[in-house]
Parts: sequence; C-alpha cells; structure tokens
Amino acid sequence: MVSCIRVSSDVLVLGAGGGGLRAAIESQSLGAKTIVVSKSVFGKAHTVMAEGGIAASLGDVDPKDSWEVHFSDTVREGVYIGDWRSAEILSKEAPERVYELEHYGALFDRTPEGKIMQRAFGAHTYRRLCHVGDKTGLEIIQTLKDMVLHLDIEVMDEVFITKIVVSGGRAVGAIGIRMRTGEVIVFSSKAVIVATGGCGRIYKTTSNSWESTGDGIALAFNAGAELKDMEMVQFHPTGMVYPPGVKGLLVTESVRGEGGMLFNSKGERFMRRYSPKRMELDARDVVARAVYAEIMAGRGTKHGGVYLDISYKGAAFIKKKLPGMYEQFKEFAGVDITKEKMEVAPTVHYHMGGISVNPEDCRTTVEGLFAAGEVTSGLHGANRLGGNSLADILVFGRRAGVGAASYSRSREGAASDIEASAIDAEMGRIAAMFSDSDGSNPYQLVNELRDNMAGNVGIIREEKGLRAALDSINSIKERAQRVRVAGNMVYNHALFGLLELQNMLIVSECVVLGALERKESRGAHTRSDYPSKDRSWKANIVCMNDNGKIALRKDEVRPMPADLLKIVGEEVY
Amino acid sequence: MKKISLGIYRQDPSADRKGKIVKYHVPVEEGMVVLDAVRHVQENTDPTLAVRWNCKAARCGSCAAEINGVPKLMCKTRIEDIGDDITVEPMRSFTLVKDLVTDISPAWAVARSLPHFHPRQRSVHPFRIEEMDVERSQEFRKCIECMLCMDVCHVKREHNTSYVGPRYIVKAASLDMHPMDSLDRSKFLDREGGIGYCNVTKCCQAICPAHIRITENAIIPEKERAADLFYDPLMMLLKRLRKVKD
Ligand SMILES: Cc1cc2nc3c(=O)[nH]c(=O)nc-3n(C[C@H](O)[C@H](O)[C@H](O)COP(=O)(O)OP(=O)(O)OC[C@H]3O[C@@H](n4cnc5c(N)ncnc54)[C@H](O)[C@@H]3O)c2cc1C
Ligand code: SF4
Ligand code: SF4
Ligand code: FES
Repeated sequence: MVSCIRVSSDVLVLGAGGGGLRAAIESQSLGAKTIVVSKSVFGKAHTVMAEGGIAASLGDVDPKDSWEVHFSDTVREGVYIGDWRSAEILSKEAPERVYELEHYGALFDRTPEGKIMQRAFGAHTYRRLCHVGDKTGLEIIQTLKDMVLHLDIEVMDEVFITKIVVSGGRAVGAIGIRMRTGEVIVFSSKAVIVATGGCGRIYKTTSNSWESTGDGIALAFNAGAELKDMEMVQFHPTGMVYPPGVKGLLVTESVRGEGGMLFNSKGERFMRRYSPKRMELDARDVVARAVYAEIMAGRGTKHGGVYLDISYKGAAFIKKKLPGMYEQFKEFAGVDITKEKMEVAPTVHYHMGGISVNPEDCRTTVEGLFAAGEVTSGLHGANRLGGNSLADILVFGRRAGVGAASYSRSREGAASDIEASAIDAEMGRIAAMFSDSDGSNPYQLVNELRDNMAGNVGIIREEKGLRAALDSINSIKERAQRVRVAGNMVYNHALFGLLELQNMLIVSECVVLGALERKESRGAHTRSDYPSKDRSWKANIVCMNDNGKIALRKDEVRPMPADLLKIVGEEVY
Repeated sequence: MKKISLGIYRQDPSADRKGKIVKYHVPVEEGMVVLDAVRHVQENTDPTLAVRWNCKAARCGSCAAEINGVPKLMCKTRIEDIGDDITVEPMRSFTLVKDLVTDISPAWAVARSLPHFHPRQRSVHPFRIEEMDVERSQEFRKCIECMLCMDVCHVKREHNTSYVGPRYIVKAASLDMHPMDSLDRSKFLDREGGIGYCNVTKCCQAICPAHIRITENAIIPEKERAADLFYDPLMMLLKRLRKVKD
C-alpha cells in the first residue's frame, strides 16, 4: 500500500484562492498554526482570473456612495433571498478590506486626486469597483501570497483533498493526495476551513478555471454539512464564442462598464428593448437573458453570439483600461478590439449556492467546519453583483479565519490523531479506482455530464428538461462506479478527473433538484413553465445529507430588521 | 480533418531512467492551441499523460513548456502559428515530476527571502498616490509567475549559482517601484540575490508572455542602483518630495 504522511495544525485551510489565503493570514496572525492546501500550484488559483474589480463603497469617485447603498443594491439584485446579515457585513467591511489590501502592498489604479479609482458595473448604483486594469484578481492573489509567505504559513500546493474527516460529529481533519509524489497525506486539525471555490466546470461552456469542479461543496456535503440555493447558477452575459478552444472565456463586464455597447446581427442596440434605463449595465441575469433571447430569435452572429463594441473609445483608452481584453482577443481570436467588434454569448460564471454558513464567523452546520468564498451561499441570493465576490472572499475569508482560530483555541491540547480506520477506508476507496486495464478514463463521462447540464439546466429551465437531466445524472453516476484508471498515483490526471467527476455529480444533482423544486422565476433561475416570481418562494432551498441521499427542505428567509428594511424597501411582486 | 504530428516528452522518473519523445497524431480545428492538442492526447489516447494547466486563458502561468525548443505557454500558442510538426518538452531548469510537469515550488523559498513590502506610512490610511507613480510598478505586477524567464535564463540553466533569477528581480522591482515602499532591495539582490551573474542577454525579456521588459526596466535599474552608479532621477525626486510631505 502507498505510504501515508501525517501533519497536524490548529487550522487547516482547504483552498488557496483569495478566500483561503485571507483566512490563513488571519488565523496565523491570531496565533493558530495554519496550513493552506490547494490542488493547483500556489498562486494559480481561480481567483487570478478575476478582472473587473472589487466592490466597496469608498466613495472615492462618487462621494454619495455609502454602505447603505451597497447593501441595498446587494439585497435587491439578490432578489431578497440573500441573507440580510451577510449583505450588511459585506457592505460595511469591504472598504476596510480594500484599504488593508493596499497596506499589504496592492497597487490599485488611481483617481486624479490620488485616491483609489472605481469603475461602474452592472446594477451598482454608483461607480464602486476598485481595480487594477482588468487584472484585479492577479494583484489580489500576488499580494495575499506575499503575506502568506512572509507570515511563514505552511503551504502545501498540489495536494488534492479527497475527504474531510468527521469524528464524533466534529470535523477533525482531511485526507489528500500530494499530486507531485503520489503520497497520501493525513491532516489532523482542530478546525477546518473550506475555501475551494465554485463549480462552473459542471457546465460545458464556462469562464471558470479547470479546477472549479465544486469539490468543496461535495466534500462538505459528504461530511454532513447543509447546502443552500444550489439552483442559483449565474450566467455571465458575455463570454467569447470563437474560436472553439476558448469558447466561454470571459469578456469582462468592465467592457460595458467602460462604455461597451451590445448589438445584434441587424445592428440594433437591443438592450433598449429589454432595459431602456439601465441598458447594458443592468444586472447580469437580465442582460444574459436578453442576449440569449436575441440569439434564439435568429438575430445572432455567424458563430452564435451577439456583438459587443468598445472600439469607438479609441486605442489608448482601451489599452490602458482593458489591457487583458485587448490581448485576449488579439492573441486568441486575431481580433483587434480597438478597431473591431467582439462576438459574445452567455457563459456559466459563478455559483451563488453552496455551503450554508453563519455570517458572523462562517461556521457551517458541522462543528469545527468553517467555509468562505464562492463555495458558500447566502450573501448573493438569487444573483451576484459583479465585484461582490472579491469583496466576499476578503470579508468572509477574514471572518472564517477569526472563527476557526478562536474555535481551535477552545479545543485544548494538540489536534487529535485521525483514526486508522478512517484512513484505511479512504485509502481503500482510492485504491479501488485503479486497474491494469488501459484505455478506460473518466473524461467521456465528465463531458457527458457537462453537455447534459448545458442542454437541460441552462438559462431557461423547465420541468421536462430538468427531469431528463436527473435521469442522465443517475445514469452517469452508475457508470462512473465502473470507471478504473491506469498508471500510478503520481500526477495522474485521470485519477483526479475521476475524483472530480464524483464531486461534480453530487453538485449537479443538487443544482437540478433545487431547480425542479423552485417553481417560480427569480434572479438567475428562470423557469419557462413558471415564468413569474412567486411570493411563497421568498425562501431558500436547503440540501441535506440523509444517509448519502439528498433531502430538501424549504426555509423562509429570515425577516430583516426594520432599520435595514427601511434602507432597501419591501420587495414588490 | 487536418492532423498534425505532436511529439510529447514522456518520462515517469519513478520508473524510467530516461525520457523519450513519443509521437502522436492529433486532429486540429481552427484557433486550436498547443494545450488543446496535448489535452486531446490525454483524453483520447493516454490518460496517464501528465500536464499542468488551470485557467486556459494565459492568466495563471501554469502551462509553461518548451515548444519546439522555445519556452512558451501551451494555452497561448496557436498551432496555426507554428506549423504541423510540433514537439513539446518540460521546462529544463526545474526538476521533472512527470512528462511535462516540473516542480517549481523551490521558488517559494526565494520569494520568502525577498524583503517584503514595507510602507512608509504604517497606520494612517488610505494612501494618496498619483496615477503616474503607480504605472511603473504595475508593469511588473502583470507577471503571472509562469517561470518561463527562469527557464530560458542561461545562468539558471547551466550554472548552479545563487542567482535568484529574473522572476524575482521583477518582483523586487515591483516593490522598489511601489511609491509607498521605503526599502531599496538592490543591495539585497546584489549580495544575496546574485544579480551580478546576469549578463543582460535579454533572453528572458524576449519570451515573457506578459510582455514585461524584464532586463531593461527591472534588471538594469536594480543593477545600477546596487552599484550606486545610477540615480533614477524621477524616483529620487519622488522619494524626496514625499519625505517632505510626510
Ligand atoms: C473570468 C472571471 C472573472 C471574474 N471577475 C471578477 C471580478 O471582477 N470581481 C469579482 O468580485 N469576482 C470576479 N469573479 C469571481 C471571483 O473571481 C471568484 O468567485 C473568486 O475568486 C472565488 O474565490 P475563492 O477564494 O472562493 O475560490 P478560488 O479562487 O476558486 O480558489 C479555490 C481554491 O481551492 C482549491 N481547491 C479546490 N478543490 C480542491 C481540492 N479538492 N483539494 C485541494 N484544494 C482544492 C483550488 O486549488 C484553489 O486554490 C470572476 C470570475 C471569473 C471566472
Ligand atoms: S516575468 Fe514574465 S516570464 Fe517571468 S515569470 Fe513573470 S510572466 Fe513569466
Ligand atoms: S538578461 Fe539576465 S536574467 Fe535575463 S536571461 Fe539574460 S542572464 Fe538571464
Ligand atoms: S493554463 Fe493558465 S496560463 Fe496557460
């Protein structure tokens, strides 16, 4: 059998995106010995792709901005099923986190007065997104990475976590495979933070990194944690459509924020019909449905998209404000966006659903288990505003760090050893995935799942398609049990692909069950058979682990205190 | 469908003493990049092929390799730009893990040793910085840490020296050019960092996928400052003015 290495910590952070790194910085600074684990190379997490910016009501560009307006925008665009307390914390604490990032060494674009530059983004009342050109995520990751290195936090990258270990109802550690050596690593920890990001890869066309396979959602579910709002998948209105190899790659909302306009193949600026006031800068679900409708109505381009045009702004402006987009189109598509139009279509971008957490300290429903970032649910409700995710990962990453560090302090002594039986069971499960037979691999099933989700659980959903999706998931699940991989444990992508497939199946099933259950249209979730919003669905759908099966529960949204309600106003039906 | 010949370096160091180039025939479509072709082999011919990638958008720096002998990102190299006989090999400056994957983690120790950002103004926020002043540092912040510059550098490749390598000169420059930073890392680069080994061949600059002018804008200024040969007049003026303001 393969060797196994044991390590121990006070706080174990799963994931080295912005959320995980910010959590680790906090818990280590509070005196808890912290280890960060990630399946990609340190510094290459999905967060590096973030482009447009981070939302915080600094008021550096629009002095009228305030936490109240940010709060109100967040709750309204989340169509009132987001947690008000999460939104309150986010809007109050985001400015502090941005200034803190500056003091860590991040360098944002500036206003003429030397303050932080903020740009307009969809459905934000004021210009609110602090940014570094269109490479904000890279700056955040590099800045946090430097902090992690200089705080001497232990980083174990390219370790693929396969299980969160629960003992006596408490999370006590995790088991993973060190990809570069094939060794099994057993982590004992007093507290565990899940910060593994989103699950865009369950869809065929997505803007997400390849690592975004929803592992943390499945790991937490298997550990007994409750999930919420799983049906809420955000389609970004503008992804690349051509060439095929980059289909889905994001065209940042900053293009529209900086003045980009959408046209159909007839040359009509169609957003006039869908949203005469906000036009291109309405919320993402509105613009995505509009683009989708234009394409469906036969007013799309040759490659199945619509046009996005910013060329009238001139080359100097575009190269300064959108350097990444300029290069992306030039290098991948041979299109010069300072002269030509872009072709775009909706792409799966973000998952509002995920692990249920308490916003105060990010604890999940399993003792000792915390979560932060895209893997969680609650803040964004039925639709996320651009820029709110980077704010989310810093604000709640920090809070998870505080929560986990103080929980670990409450447990005396060192972290207890993981029981041998748990290790044997997990190692046995992985060993059983191998066989000598060559040729068999998980990719075909992964692709089948992604096609199925794209075809049946897309922007517009209906009962029949969702039922078909469920049948397909069950069939893939059954066949996945028979997949075996060849080779050894060292950097064996087929093995990790199979482990990811199992996670993707759990996540996909929850998405479909939630979508079937929610018989209304709200935010990112649109049902052609239930086209309007329904008061009785001002609620969250919770997915619970009932002996390995997914059980659903409907929870009313907790009522907002009067002072906050005064800021937002009642929901209208 | 048109097919190309794709040679991929294969070696599992735990089993094979030596590596070899294995030839595959891969169908190509318009706009396809080298990574697509390598992944095609992985998905359809040999799933044990080890290759590292993540963003597939030239933003994360995971997919560095030597393509027809030139260090490049696999996800950014279009097949139609380089012809139909392609060979892909791992970066030679780093220890091989398997096939196309190398171990770049020893670099984190170098990163830890580099003096961290040290703001002049500790507690009072927020900063006031002119846009003109951020631009110089921002050039270096475009670095995606692909390590291609470390791979191409003959000092890193051929001599086992203490040279930190171009990536970390770029990092140091990004901090030294930060308008609020109070340190000068050129002495560190000179003493501990081995910057003297660099003989400004500009090979790193020529291949940087983020188009950073590594040699001209980072290495040469750091070298000159280390030797006290050169005062960057703009930077000096700014630092002095700010001292008056503080
Ligand atoms: C192209 C693009 C642009 C975006 N632009 C913006 C923007 O401008 N503003 C904004 O607010 N948001 C933006 N977003 C969204 C935002 O970037 C993400 O939601 C956010 O970065 C998620 O961060 P995270 O820390 O939660 O997780 P991630 O950054 O996804 O990190 C997840 C980490 O978990 C690790 N991990 C996952 N599974 C495992 C496992 N099994 N074992 C071990 N480790 C594991 C990964 O390796 C990684 O380190 C954008 C997203 C995309 C795709
Ligand atoms: S400086 Fe350029 S070549 Fe070197 S690591 Fe950074 S992006 Fe890569
Ligand atoms: S310029 Fe210096 S660092 Fe760059 S490749 Fe040449 S010797 Fe190496
Ligand atoms: S995969 Fe991210 S740079 Fe190529």
